[in-house]
Amino acid sequence: MNIIVCVKQIPDPETPAASFKVDEAAKKVIPAQGIAPVVNPFDPQATEAALRLRDAAGEGKITVISLGPDSARDAIKHALAMGADEGVLLNDAAFEGIDNFQTAVALTKAIQKIGEYDLVLMGRSAADWDMGVVPAGVGQLLGIPVVTVAKGIEKNGAALKVERVLDDGFQTVETPLPAVVSVSNEFGEPRYPQLRQIMLAAKKTVQVWSAADIGMASDELGAGGRWLPLDALYVPKVESNVEIIEGDSPEEKARNLAQKLRAAKLI
Amino acid sequence: MPGILVVAETSEGAVAPISFELLGAARQLSAQGGGSVSAVVAGGEAEAKALIAHGADSVYTADAALAGQSADASLAAVEAALQGSGADIVLIGTTSFGRDLGPALAFRQKTGIAMDCTELKFDGGRLRATRGCYGGNARAEHTWKAPLQIATVKPKSFDAPEADAGRSGSVSATGAAGESKVKVLGVSKAESAGIRLEDAQVVVSGGRGLGDENGFRALEELASVLPQAAVGASRAACDLGWYPPAAQVGLTGKVVSPNLYIAVAISGASQHMAGMAGSKNIVAINKDPDANMVKAAKFAIVDDYKKVVPALIEEIKKLG
Repeated sequence: MNIIVCVKQIPDPETPAASFKVDEAAKKVIPAQGIAPVVNPFDPQATEAALRLRDAAGEGKITVISLGPDSARDAIKHALAMGADEGVLLNDAAFEGIDNFQTAVALTKAIQKIGEYDLVLMGRSAADWDMGVVPAGVGQLLGIPVVTVAKGIEKNGAALKVERVLDDGFQTVETPLPAVVSVSNEFGEPRYPQLRQIMLAAKKTVQVWSAADIGMASDELGAGGRWLPLDALYVPKVESNVEIIEGDSPEEKARNLAQKLRAAKLI
Repeated sequence: MPGILVVAETSEGAVAPISFELLGAARQLSAQGGGSVSAVVAGGEAEAKALIAHGADSVYTADAALAGQSADASLAAVEAALQGSGADIVLIGTTSFGRDLGPALAFRQKTGIAMDCTELKFDGGRLRATRGCYGGNARAEHTWKAPLQIATVKPKSFDAPEADAGRSGSVSATGAAGESKVKVLGVSKAESAGIRLEDAQVVVSGGRGLGDENGFRALEELASVLPQAAVGASRAACDLGWYPPAAQVGLTGKVVSPNLYIAVAISGASQHMAGMAGSKNIVAINKDPDANMVKAAKFAIVDDYKKVVPALIEEIKKLG
């Protein structure tokens, strides 16, 4: 079973709010000092799903794709250290400022260039822009079915049985292959790469493809090629209305809080 | 003629509340010059009537059986309504159905989609959408390059118009047949042993600042003296093994919006805020007066939770 996993490197969502800054003119997030970017938290689950499916099938190859700057190689290395086989980094200055629609086009072209695949896996959304449209986009562009927000995936003959998380419960579906499946955190804990695997991963191949390598024209790219132009990006002014509960001792503060909560009919 | 198409949903045989909220948003855009409001629904006369009463000028009905199928089975019906109405704005709910339907529709129509919008404006003949990103740390405003503008709307962002049984509108059946390659084998409701975190009126959550897993015993006791209360945890606390991952509140955990959220020793990184920012009232108990959670709170105690929480439990018991 040949599986392609798409991963993304994003600013750490555990970054304290005080360190989060935006360059409003450039409409970009300013990387927080001393806080390294991380693999999108849903993506290791997608890699984990791929590893379990490959192991259950007893054969197959897992290729990891990431679109991003040079540092995105770390997101690929993480998946390789978990046990994926090969990596492809889509890296080009022309990818700067693109939206998720252009990303879906680029990933689709990369997947087509890789050629042989039974399944494409990704995280259910990227925690930075949190749109979750890329899985649908890649599925539509490849002309294959899409199943989103998976918490369980198993091979069922030639098809794939997927348990999905809905707003108010769960749904079990069956899809023919090839398909795109997005994986949610409910899938369970991804394995943690061991030191030996991290060293082995260093020897695995990561190809670097430019926009031209996947046949993307420059007029489709850059911020100017966005399907969904970004007109403004800013940190909302939250006026803090907090009332600090005073008191001479923790006990007195607790008493005052309990009374405030009762007065506000909250308890 | 330009206009707004609302993609309505049903839930247990009736039009879902989000659909009326979408009509509320659509009527606002219409009042700003966005054109007439139409709706498409997998249902019949009863659903059409409800949609018209809540603000639709015309309704396109489609096979009610589509409601139980994968979202892409509804694409043909939505596209038929799109063509019939000539709408250039499509509003969809940010729901399990809408998260699947919206992006698929956008890619088929070769246009962009803004997901989970909280504000919409009709400005200079075009739609402008505002949405939260970076775990709620930032806000983005979008417009569209292509003529067709599609947005999903975050639930509870717009008020549903009052029903007016006297409103009239046209109803037509699309007759579009839809099919998905993805077959639904079964659906189950979420288990309801105890109070689900998502349904709790009060959530008491703890973070890394608790220091150890025993801190959660105090939080459990606090929850036990509050009605309809459940205990949550930040990702950091779950990662440390202090509390089960199923109780994690945040971006990669549960999203809750209780009436009262008591955050104990949680700093308030966006990972966590993304899961509870919709809470009606926040109380923070934290040693750090500059913690983000303290700033976001209605009431805060700046002190050691180990002394505050037991005292708070006693005070609440006294109040009865």
